Amino acid sequence: MSTRHDTAAPPVKEGGAAPGRSPAGPVSAEAAKKRARLSRRWQRDIKWSPYAFISPFFLLFAAFGLFPLIYTAWASLHQVELTAPTDMNWVGLRNYTRIFDDEFFWNAAQNTLTIGILSTVPQLLMAMGLAHILNYKLRGSTFYRVIMLAPYATSIAAASLVFVLLFGRDYGMINWALGFVGIDNIDWQNDTWASQFAVSSIVIWRWTGYNALIYLAAMQAIPQDLYESAALDGANRWQQFLHVTLPSLRPTILFTVVVSTIGASQLFGEPLLFDANKGASGGSTHQFQTLGLYLYEQGWVNQHLGRASAIAWMMFLILIVIGIANSVISRRLRASS
Amino acid sequence: MTTTLTKSPVDTPPEPKKRGRGPKSARAGGHMHAGPVAYIILALFTIGSLFPLVWTAIAASRDNQRLAQNPPPFWFGSNLFNNLDLAWNDANLGEAFINTTFVAGVSAATIVFLSTIAGFAFAKLKFKGRGAAMLIVVGTMMVPPQLSVIPLYMMVAKLDWSDQLQAVILPSLVSAFGVFFMRQYLLQALPDEIIEAARMDGASSWRVVWHVVFPAARPAMAVLGMLMFVQTWNDFLWPFLVLTQHGSPTVQVAVAGLGRGYTPDQSLIMAGALLGTLPLLLVFAIFGKQIVGGIMQGAVKG
Repeated sequence: MSTRHDTAAPPVKEGGAAPGRSPAGPVSAEAAKKRARLSRRWQRDIKWSPYAFISPFFLLFAAFGLFPLIYTAWASLHQVELTAPTDMNWVGLRNYTRIFDDEFFWNAAQNTLTIGILSTVPQLLMAMGLAHILNYKLRGSTFYRVIMLAPYATSIAAASLVFVLLFGRDYGMINWALGFVGIDNIDWQNDTWASQFAVSSIVIWRWTGYNALIYLAAMQAIPQDLYESAALDGANRWQQFLHVTLPSLRPTILFTVVVSTIGASQLFGEPLLFDANKGASGGSTHQFQTLGLYLYEQGWVNQHLGRASAIAWMMFLILIVIGIANSVISRRLRASS
Repeated sequence: MTTTLTKSPVDTPPEPKKRGRGPKSARAGGHMHAGPVAYIILALFTIGSLFPLVWTAIAASRDNQRLAQNPPPFWFGSNLFNNLDLAWNDANLGEAFINTTFVAGVSAATIVFLSTIAGFAFAKLKFKGRGAAMLIVVGTMMVPPQLSVIPLYMMVAKLDWSDQLQAVILPSLVSAFGVFFMRQYLLQALPDEIIEAARMDGASSWRVVWHVVFPAARPAMAVLGMLMFVQTWNDFLWPFLVLTQHGSPTVQVAVAGLGRGYTPDQSLIMAGALLGTLPLLLVFAIFGKQIVGGIMQGAVKG
């Protein structure tokens, strides 16, 4: 750390005496020493400054990322009340057995999975299609790209609140529009599937354009001659998409799948604010309560921070499983190609 | 979805053609002109992207009674400024705006600075453990910060930081994405020769950063700054846990608080949502091109 200060501008500092230096005489012992000192300092700078440059990130990560993550595991073995978060009583694995016995934990896990699939799959498919279109020569292509990002600029809070109204049972725009095709008012709040679809649609709305841009960037990096040689081989447009575009996008697709899956596993704000009853239960019968929301309910509504820690740690384990599954799948895919 | 897309451009039958110009028309890449179907789909997506936002403004310009009638309103009413005024005062939005601008500004600036020096080290300097350290950075991108909220909450309680802005700022400074983003940019934007030339002139590492890296990284720093500003501005869970609506809320906490009051006036809620979103939409309208470029640049792995 200190190196970066005391080595600042050595030539300026040392060279200050330059005008008066004896011109062509033999190198004095003092000058040699000076040079040696300079070069030592130089060596130190080269050697240590990279660590100085990366250390702030790692220190911050250790303090606000790694330590809390590990401490969560420790807290999950204790009884901790929200009202006195610093008093911890050892209870062993009781928090875990309690949540495993809680039907709402399993309900939340299932909802998280369903909403995760309902939001991620259409989102990425649409993003892919959108990217494909944006990759053509378009009039006003920048305009479309910026418009696609408008939902991304909208906060979870603002988006969720307006979707609650759009999905209103009696006076919502969506039911009103569905009325024209003869569909009766759908209870987007209380029906399990409908509410999960509605919550997913908030996620889809916010993230499709962003993912489309990421696919587009990857598509533009595909060399043209791959398409040319495919065309020479007689591949039509669809075959080119299947055999040139998709394989080239494989790493990007995996990346977006991982990122979206992680995001979906953490859903919190959308289901919290979608609830018309303003609770943390994800609807009157927990029909759209996600794990993130269940964690919040246990920790901040029921005031059991220890149990909430156990839920957080379970969510982390789920992520690890997803990560392993992902690396296995990507290795398989690589091996098969 | 994708099946319709492939029909949109003129489909050239795979006929034998002259080598010179033939393949040009059959390319699926960036040089093909889009057909009408493509424009129709884009128009639908445009409407879909903008409609909820426009309708937020429409609902904010009505009153609660009108929003409880069928059919829902399609055009602006006369109540907009009244609602904006009410929401501003009810949700304490003035203070919330100052808080959020401060939090997002400090956080974005710090992240940009730390990410640039770390990204430079990863992209251009050789040191022992570089590969492993970079792997850790990428790995931390996969760990969602939400999982750490409980100990952070305990820390905040212990330090008595509840309702204080540093409780929100400090945890938000961890951005593996920023480090990764700047590294990717500097890998290709900063030629090694320039660094070597600066070294020849006797510049220390810190001087290189100041006089060579920062100028070269400026476009990426601007984009990263905007992305981080947006992210911090929109952050919800953590500020919601440590900042109370009546203490010193961020905009998102204040707006969500409007929706969770006991007498929900929907048009008022929409006015709050509109106020909370407008500043960012403005930023996107002005710098949209740069932000799009930045996201696309960050997406391609080097």
